[in-house]
Amino acid sequence: MKNKKHLTETIIHGIFLILGLLTVGCVLLITIYLVISGIPAIREIGLIDFLFGKTWASTASEPSFGILPFLLTSIYGTAGAILLGVPVGFFTAVYLAKVANPKVKSIVSSAISLLASIPSVVYGLVGMLILVPGIREVFSLPDGASLLAAIIVLAIMVLPSIINVSLTALEAVPKEYEDASLALGATPTETYFRVSVPAAKSGIAAAIVLGVGRAIGEAMAVIMVSGNAPNMPSLFESVRFLTTAVASEMAYSSGLQRQALFSIALVLFFFIMLINAVLNFFLKKSKEEH
Amino acid sequence: MENRPISNERKRYIFLMNALMTLAVVITCALTLFFIVYVLYKGFPHITWELLSTEPSYLADTIGILPDILNTLYILLASLVLVLPLGVGAAVYLSEYATNQKVVSLIEYAAETLSGIPSIIYGLVGMLFFCEFLGMKTSLLAGACTLVIMNLPTIMRTTQESLKTVPQSYREGAFGLGAGKWRVIRTVVLPSCIDGIITGCILSIGRILGESAALLFTAGFAHATNGIIDGLQNAGATLTVALYVYAKEQGEFDVAFAIAAILMVLAVLINTAATLVGKHYQKRRDI
Repeated sequence: MKNKKHLTETIIHGIFLILGLLTVGCVLLITIYLVISGIPAIREIGLIDFLFGKTWASTASEPSFGILPFLLTSIYGTAGAILLGVPVGFFTAVYLAKVANPKVKSIVSSAISLLASIPSVVYGLVGMLILVPGIREVFSLPDGASLLAAIIVLAIMVLPSIINVSLTALEAVPKEYEDASLALGATPTETYFRVSVPAAKSGIAAAIVLGVGRAIGEAMAVIMVSGNAPNMPSLFESVRFLTTAVASEMAYSSGLQRQALFSIALVLFFFIMLINAVLNFFLKKSKEEH
Repeated sequence: MENRPISNERKRYIFLMNALMTLAVVITCALTLFFIVYVLYKGFPHITWELLSTEPSYLADTIGILPDILNTLYILLASLVLVLPLGVGAAVYLSEYATNQKVVSLIEYAAETLSGIPSIIYGLVGMLFFCEFLGMKTSLLAGACTLVIMNLPTIMRTTQESLKTVPQSYREGAFGLGAGKWRVIRTVVLPSCIDGIITGCILSIGRILGESAALLFTAGFAHATNGIIDGLQNAGATLTVALYVYAKEQGEFDVAFAIAAILMVLAVLINTAATLVGKHYQKRRDI
């Protein structure tokens, strides 16, 4: 009787152990699949030609697989989105954490979580019908689908992540710091920006890195507004990102072209892992600080 | 005591910072408001009973989104049924069984990594593993399995948060009465963390409804009306994928906006539900 009960407990323990290790298994699965399917094309094309080749002509009679345009577009696009999104997100977070009264805070917070839950295709759709024609008119271009349109859409999409993580960091700043600054004669606004913000800097850095991760990984909203031609990045030209390069050709690809798309995904994955590591570093640091 | 006036330089700094904060908040709120109003304004007039209750017909040249609505429901149901036991189980292991700190940090690190991976990569790996390696072909089931991996960290995290708040004395009381570990988990621990599980579900529903990149290559684009069993085995577009196809490939913006308006209303409902659940359980906990 007792043995039987013991056995059941051991089996159940085992089941839970397997469930617990499932996430680790998934990460391994994703990594292994991407590496195995991404390496062959890089081998065949050559790492240097693949990463730094300036022409992508995957369906030409003499195909060429250089992803430098995609790499640079992803980097510029992300940088642009961060440049636009961070100031707005940062000041909003400071306002919500320190200035806003509870009622305003709860209204603005629910607006932000709504912004976070709008599907990316809806961002893409609105971008397609407002931003793209808008940019065409304002800058008198033949077509408004451009890097600029993608940057603006991405900037809006990263806002909620930046605000939420910065907000958490700012709220964790010990009240004593601020009280000391106020007692020394600093006004509230000076205290927020010269005491609270520096005290929360690791958390704010984490927020920015999270925004970078979101921006570089976004595919659907970008594919709808960026025009999708494999040009070298330029603000007013049609461009293709790492993510959209995969999305736009996957459906009809075959042979080396298909393998090259997996290689692009591998490059993207490498970037994401790097960003994750930096993010973890800042989050850990931020936790240790308070 | 002498009351020293604030210097002009400081005044300018304070004014500038206050102005920037106000501007930022106004921009954030205006953007949200604009999105809601614009999408609802453009979408609502095109939501008709005919659109909701028919499938697309090339003969009559009409578009209906009934298959897409059903596909979304099937994929939602299948993903939740699969992810719930897995995610809750993982959380239970972490908080009730795991003793080795290294294993715990490994699992938590893996979960964080999973939540940082972009959906297009999930889509690719899902296509390679579920559709090709496991032979599911392009089907709703393959899409649901991909979404299970994506949502695993969410369910795990919310359940874990809630397990942390279950008082140790509950467990000790049950152990003291002679219950085995499994029985304590089943009858005491799990019922007390139901709020975390519900929150996780709501968040996952939101994420599944909005997902498109991961489903493009795993669940496909088809618009056929099926029952749930046939539906899961066949390819099918969810609402988001249908929106993408109608807007980008076919230029049917009216239909796209109608779908966008439906998705927007659902997003508002899900957010409200999440807030209400949070408040409800917060109150119960405070008592």
